[in-house]
Formats: sequence, C-alpha cells, structure tokens
Amino acid sequence: MKITQISVFLENKKGRLYDAAEALGKANIDIKALTIAENEDFGVLRMIVNKPDEAVKTLKAAGLVATITDIVAVEVNDAPGGLANVLKVLIKDDINVEYMYAFVEKSQDKAIVVFRFDDPDKAIASLTKNKIRIIGKKDIQIF
Amino acid sequence: MIFNEKMECLDAQALKTVQSERLVNTVSYLHKNSPFYQKRFAEFGVSPKDIKSIDDIVKLPFTIKDDLRDTYPFGLLSKPLREIREVHVSSGTTGNPTTVGYSKEDIDLWSEVIARSLCCGGAVPGDMIQIAYGYGLFTGGLGLHYGSLLLGLTIIPCSSGQTKRQLKILQDFKPRILACTPSYSLYMAETAHEMGIDTKKISWDIGIFGAEPWSEAMRKEIESNWNLQALDIYGLSEIIGPGVANECQHKTGLHVQADVFYPEVIDPKTNKPAAPGASGELVLTPITKTGMPLIRYRTRDIVTLTYDKCRCGRTTPRISKILGRTDDMIIVRGINVFPSQIEEVLLNIEGTQPHYQIIVDRQKGGLDDLEVLVELQESFFSDEVKQLQHFEQRIAKEIESVLSVGVKVRLVEPKTIERSEGKAKRVIDKRTL
Repeated sequence: MKITQISVFLENKKGRLYDAAEALGKANIDIKALTIAENEDFGVLRMIVNKPDEAVKTLKAAGLVATITDIVAVEVNDAPGGLANVLKVLIKDDINVEYMYAFVEKSQDKAIVVFRFDDPDKAIASLTKNKIRIIGKKDIQIF
Repeated sequence: MIFNEKMECLDAQALKTVQSERLVNTVSYLHKNSPFYQKRFAEFGVSPKDIKSIDDIVKLPFTIKDDLRDTYPFGLLSKPLREIREVHVSSGTTGNPTTVGYSKEDIDLWSEVIARSLCCGGAVPGDMIQIAYGYGLFTGGLGLHYGSLLLGLTIIPCSSGQTKRQLKILQDFKPRILACTPSYSLYMAETAHEMGIDTKKISWDIGIFGAEPWSEAMRKEIESNWNLQALDIYGLSEIIGPGVANECQHKTGLHVQADVFYPEVIDPKTNKPAAPGASGELVLTPITKTGMPLIRYRTRDIVTLTYDKCRCGRTTPRISKILGRTDDMIIVRGINVFPSQIEEVLLNIEGTQPHYQIIVDRQKGGLDDLEVLVELQESFFSDEVKQLQHFEQRIAKEIESVLSVGVKVRLVEPKTIERSEGKAKRVIDKRTL
C-alpha cells in the first residue's frame, strides 16, 4: 500500500517556496507533511497533501516542476524506541532507505513515518510480515 | 535551381578575373569618393596603382568595427547622404551603435545575393516564405524581404515576435519556407508544443536560419522539432546583411557570393593569411558596392574556407559554419571558450535543453569561475537531490572534457532563462577586466 508524495523542484531564489505554498493554498489543498532537501543551488520540496493529482496540476500551472513519487508510510508508536523498532526490521531484510521523514496526525498518539525505498514492494512485504501497520490513503484522508 | 548560374558557377580563373577587375575598380572608387579611405590608404602607404589583381588585396589595410564607431554615424559613406537610399543600425551590444548606408545599387545587390541564397537553400519562384526576422533597423527582415521579392516568392512579412500569431499563420497559410534566427525557431517549437500543435506535420520544408552562430547539434534539434531542412545563412550588416553566404541542401559549408564579396581567412594574431583549409578570422571585401564599401573588413568570425567544387554545381568557395567569434569568445583561466562548444555538449545530453546561459565571474583571488545555467527538463526531475546533483556533475564533466576548463553547472527551472526573439544572450561576463 503506497501513498503519493508530491516533489517540487525549487531553484534557490527568493520567493520560490512561497510561490508553491501560495498556489496550493489558493487551490484549497491541505499540506499534511512536508520536508525540504537542498544543496546550495536548489531544493526539492516533498509534501504529502490531501489531493495529490490536483496539487501537481496546480503547481505545474504555477510554472513549477512537480512530480509524483510513491512512498510508504507506516504507523509508529509515538514513544521512545518506536522508530528503532521499524528500522530494525528493515535492516534485517536488507532494505535501503533513500530518505525518510515523520509527522504526527492530530487526533492520534501515533506518529507516521514516511519512507522512500529504492524497492518499495520488497519493503512493504517485509513490513507486513513483521506486523508493522502501513498507512493507506484513507487513513490520512488523501483523496 | 541556381539563381545566377553565370556568376555562381565560374571556373577558378574566370572568378579571379572578375574579382580582380572589381577590386581594382573599388579601390580607385574609394580613393576618389571616400575621405576615410583616402586618408587610410595614404597612412598605409598604398595607392590604387599598387592594386592590379585580387592577389594584391593583402597590400590593403584592414577595416575594423571601431572604424565604424569612430566615424558614427555617416563618416564611412562614399556617396553623399542624399544618394543613400537606406540606413541600418546594428544592435550595438557593445559600445556605440554602427550605421551602414546602402545606395540604390547596393539594395539591388542585396536583393540579388539573397535571391541566390534562397535558391541555394532550395526555394523556387512561387514558394511562400514566412519571414520571422525582425523588420526595421536590423538587416534580417528587410534583406530577406528584398531577395524574396526578386526571386518571386509570396512573402508573409511576420517580423519577429507574436509567436502564437506566427504559428496560426503557419497553420492557415502553409508557407514552405521559414526565415528567422535558429534560437527563435526553437522558441516557436516550444510554444507550438504548449499549444498542442504537431510540429512534425507543418508545411515548412526549408528553414533559412542566421544572425547568430549555431552548431550542428542545434541543427539536428531544429530539424527533429520541425521536420524541415535547417540551413545556415550568413552575413553582417557591415558587408550587406544576410546573403554573404548560404548553405545549399548538401550542407557542406556556406557558399560565399565571391564575385561580389571577396573572402580571406587570416590568423587573427599575426594578421597573415591562414594556411589553406585552416581556421581563422574571416575577412570580407565587398567589390561591387557603392554606398559604403569597406576594405578587408575583420568579421571576428572564425571559419574555415574551401574552394572544392560542391555537388550542387556551384563553384563558389564555401565557409564552414561559424566556429566562434573572436570577440564573443570568453577567456577563462587562460583558455578560450566559445559558447557554441557548450551548446554542442548540452544538445548531446538527454534531459537538457539548448537554453543555457554562461556566467563568468572573478573570485577575490583573481581566479575566474565559469558557471553554466542549464534548464532542467521536466522528465528528468527526480525527488532525490543526489540524482539531480549527479546530473549536474555529469553535464559539468562533459563540458570540461570539451573545454579543458572546470565549470560549475547549475540546474534551473524550465523556461527561466530569458528567451530571445532576436539574438540570444548566452554570456554574462561579470568580470571587470
């Protein structure tokens, strides 16, 4: 069960992040989680939003380069050791993490950790086998 | 079709005879009518009686762009201003603008050489031409216009700009020939794709592209975008404007109209003739003009010159595509860099666009930095920074292997590098040299 992440190319210049955020706001798109990876020239903004297809369309219309990436989100106990338990499983099954980030859903005491795997299907099999709950689109109201 | 078979197919000896006679006439004409050249010849210690054949041209002094600037606006005319029928002004990217004046005979000559060029590229009377060079002070639009009139083409004088309108006209009128700058043709392709036009199924068979140097790779890019024959037209306003030379459909160099513009290739450092076939600066002498003929004009364009007969039947000498310009050339850490070299590399890398900009800057320590901004193609975008960095590094490595100088490549968002409807500004030199 994969969910959709929006990735946006941002040149390192004033106002580019604002342009992206403003476009999404105007289109009434809710950002659930975001992270930015950057080097000195550019950044890649990664987001989980409630309406990914619409978000990509909106960003492209605003002149931004945006694409969709499949990611895997898992539920982790919002308590010490929660993340380590999940990573232990992945290490054991020799699964590479390209990058990851986490967020907390308001109404729960669980954290959600988002993973970008080089082989998501293998990762999903491993997580399922080890009874780690994978979050579906419905769980976090993605349409 | 060869427009002027008599002059374009002369054997070597006959061509030389024509050139000799015309050079002798031009030198004595200037000696009589041009205060500038009277003085220049005297300073140089040369007089009309020293010039007996075209081989004697090396005895004459050069003319450079600064001579036009120094005599701005009309100091180089060899006819009274009231006998000048048309004036053009160069874009003046550096320093003062330069003016050129055409007599009635010069306009006729210009029409003739453009008509020859269009035929050389495959045009025949009755074809429809879309002229998307700027009309006005720039020579591109009107030059192509005059030649098309003489040849008997149906002219759509679009001028440059209003791209969507150009594309509508293209679809509705179905012209066979396009004439514009090569970069504008790619800009039009980009707009056409946005408008959902199938650029492979348009009516243009031939594109006559000039006014800026462009590479073989760019030719491929244009031809694959538009499904036409992309041909190079060469010229400069100081000589006549476009029409000095043009490619035929064999694309083996540009045929120089050598019975009216005498070409030499020199080593720009020593000012001596370059070895036969070697690259060097193109020097041109118009030998039939009357309004403002220049002697041995230094074009700053680097070319090679060949006298081999072409398969098309013309015997006119041919210059290569412009390999670079001596004044567009940037010197970075002691190494000569031509923007066209970088363009060639980019066009051969999947995922980049031929839209680029070169920024040269000097560090505090005195070392020069060469940065190349490259537009990222959407399909090559990755959510992983390291992939994008690898891509930048790969481009940098390829450029470095061609230039032998380190570069920094920076990916930028598509369509953020300024598009030009005339000459693309490829180099930003921030150094104060």
